[in-house]
Amino acid sequence: MDTQAPAFQLLGDNHGESSLVLSGDWVQGHGSGNFDALQSELLLRHPAKLMADGSSLGDWDSILMAFLLQCHNLCREEGIAFEARDMPEGVAQLLAVATAVETHQPPVESRGSLLASINPVHLLHKVSGNLQESLGFLGEVTIALSRLLAGKANTRFSDFKEFCYQAGPDAFAIISLISVLVGMILAYLGAVQLQQFGAEVYVADLVVIGMLREMGVLMTAIVMAGRTGAAYAAQLGTMQTNEEIDAITTMGISPIEFLVLPRMLALIVVMPLLVIYADLLGIVGGGIVAGGMGISPVQYITQSEGALSFTHVAVGLLKSLVFAILIAIAGCRSSINSGRSSAAVGQAATEAVVTAIVYLIVADAAINIIFQQVGI
Amino acid sequence: MADATGGTQLQAHIEIRDLTMAYGSFVIQRDLSFNVNHGDIFVIMGGSGCGKSTLLKHMLGLISPRIGDILYSGISFTRAGDSEKEAMRQRWGITYQSGGLFSAMTLAENVTLPLQLYTRYNSAEIVEIVAYKLALVGLAGYQNYYPAEISGGMRKRAALARAIALDPEILFFDEPSAGLDPISSRLLDELIVQLKESIGATVVMVTHELPSIFDIATNSVYLDNITRTMIGYGNPVDLRDHSDQAVVRQFLTRSAATANEDSP
Ligand SMILES: Nc1ncnc2c1ncn2[C@@H]1O[C@H](COP(=O)(O)OP(=O)(O)OP(=O)(O)O)[C@@H](O)[C@H]1O
Ligand SMILES: [Mg+2]
Repeated sequence: MDTQAPAFQLLGDNHGESSLVLSGDWVQGHGSGNFDALQSELLLRHPAKLMADGSSLGDWDSILMAFLLQCHNLCREEGIAFEARDMPEGVAQLLAVATAVETHQPPVESRGSLLASINPVHLLHKVSGNLQESLGFLGEVTIALSRLLAGKANTRFSDFKEFCYQAGPDAFAIISLISVLVGMILAYLGAVQLQQFGAEVYVADLVVIGMLREMGVLMTAIVMAGRTGAAYAAQLGTMQTNEEIDAITTMGISPIEFLVLPRMLALIVVMPLLVIYADLLGIVGGGIVAGGMGISPVQYITQSEGALSFTHVAVGLLKSLVFAILIAIAGCRSSINSGRSSAAVGQAATEAVVTAIVYLIVADAAINIIFQQVGI
Repeated sequence: MADATGGTQLQAHIEIRDLTMAYGSFVIQRDLSFNVNHGDIFVIMGGSGCGKSTLLKHMLGLISPRIGDILYSGISFTRAGDSEKEAMRQRWGITYQSGGLFSAMTLAENVTLPLQLYTRYNSAEIVEIVAYKLALVGLAGYQNYYPAEISGGMRKRAALARAIALDPEILFFDEPSAGLDPISSRLLDELIVQLKESIGATVVMVTHELPSIFDIATNSVYLDNITRTMIGYGNPVDLRDHSDQAVVRQFLTRSAATANEDSP
């Protein structure tokens, strides 16, 4: 049997009544009627009634139903009466079922077009809203922390231990790899420049100061934001979906004390330790490159010792504490207020990582400027 | 409980007054007013998506009403302070539509948590009580299982065990028997009635299950999807036979017919 492409014809305008004659085979693989064309023609004529005539229809499947449903909805919007006549058996019935419940009209929310999303005013508004929420969240966390210190918080020590383990030892491998490489990159970068002045030996200073003050802590923080921050967001988001957070709240437990505090404290404890570890490995990485440039290990170590000072270590550790708090806030805030679908969990995790990285870089810049001003 | 001389018995246990609920600009239900009396098994009915879970969340104080008020024994919950709210909540037991069991904790830890928080039992006593509560719902010996390691029906019962941990005055259930086979669902209904009677609680439950509704409900409210308000309030059997709203009668009879066809 030959199949014919689906087609329609809009006929006649007697007494404000148009008829839509459908023909051909409305089946998979043969395309569909051009609804846009029908729509513009229909809007032009704007009859009082539209009669869909199926007497010359061939084969049909869901594509026909989808087309008819579109016609039905358009007619209802435009106040045109719609009737389907001489349709194959089943079509009328299916159409009745499909149109039994009115289409849900979600409340219009400014979803934001692509253009709006790069509009600076809009963007600023979003960032400030985000910042405001984060500050509010920080306030709640502070209150919870004071309750913890007063011994009144519902925070479980066993949770804290578990999170320490997840955030710390489990992250060793990736932190090792990244810090050795960053140390090598720093050394290489410096060596090429310093060689021009015959001052290669100062590579050690560059690596030590660079790792301690800046790269060790920043790279660790970025790894933790992607690893732990995202994990926190996913955990809490899933709990929100599963109504666990509701259950906690109605049990009279503050979700901040019960869920956020152990996570944040674990990060605060683990981050400085990881940073020290990363610093050490970074300096080792620098040593490897320096060795390749003809600096003897003894020379490298002596020079490094000279560059090592308490201030540099303290700056790095201070940053690590600030970063730990920022990562925990970004990770937990986005998800504890998230929606209740699996998509919302993904969104919360993405937001957690993006926000955390923005916070990290901004905070790092701010801290550096302050330290430079006070001369540390 | 049988003592009706006390003034408190005349007062409704839960009173919903002119409640309007909305998510953003999307009004879910408006002008809800009804009472839940002491010892009732009160059922919230209605088509899917009409706002039953939302109403329950309002009653639990998880969402604030747009308009209106909710009173427990005459005290406004919406206007109560944090410590008052906490005190009221300690007297409730709740199960949620999607479970709400803490997935990172074993069943025993789930039931232990409220006991640890709000009772003065020592830890040895708590272990015994947890074993007893799990036995009540037929999960004796499952203490060290995680929620992900047991079946859906068992999870429902585990949630029930946690809800009754503190012998609450009010039990809230969101679709306790949804997704269960008819026999398990019937057993769960019986369990609810027995537990309710033995601890003398008031029960508020959301359910679609007609057998449950007719077997155990003493009072009910029907939320309508179209008009977005309540169009039936009373004993479900009365509503089925005498409601002036065709939709309510249909909900209670037509689906009853199909439910009967479904069961063997
Ligand atoms: N967090 C939310 N944000 C916005 N709208 C919501 C939210 N939760 C529910 N809704 C909407 O509120 C309406 C009522 O939802 P609700 O979960 O209360 O329905 P329900 O009566 O419990 O349905 P079911 O019987 O299927 O569980 C639905 O239309 C839903 O789209
Ligand atoms: Mg529901």
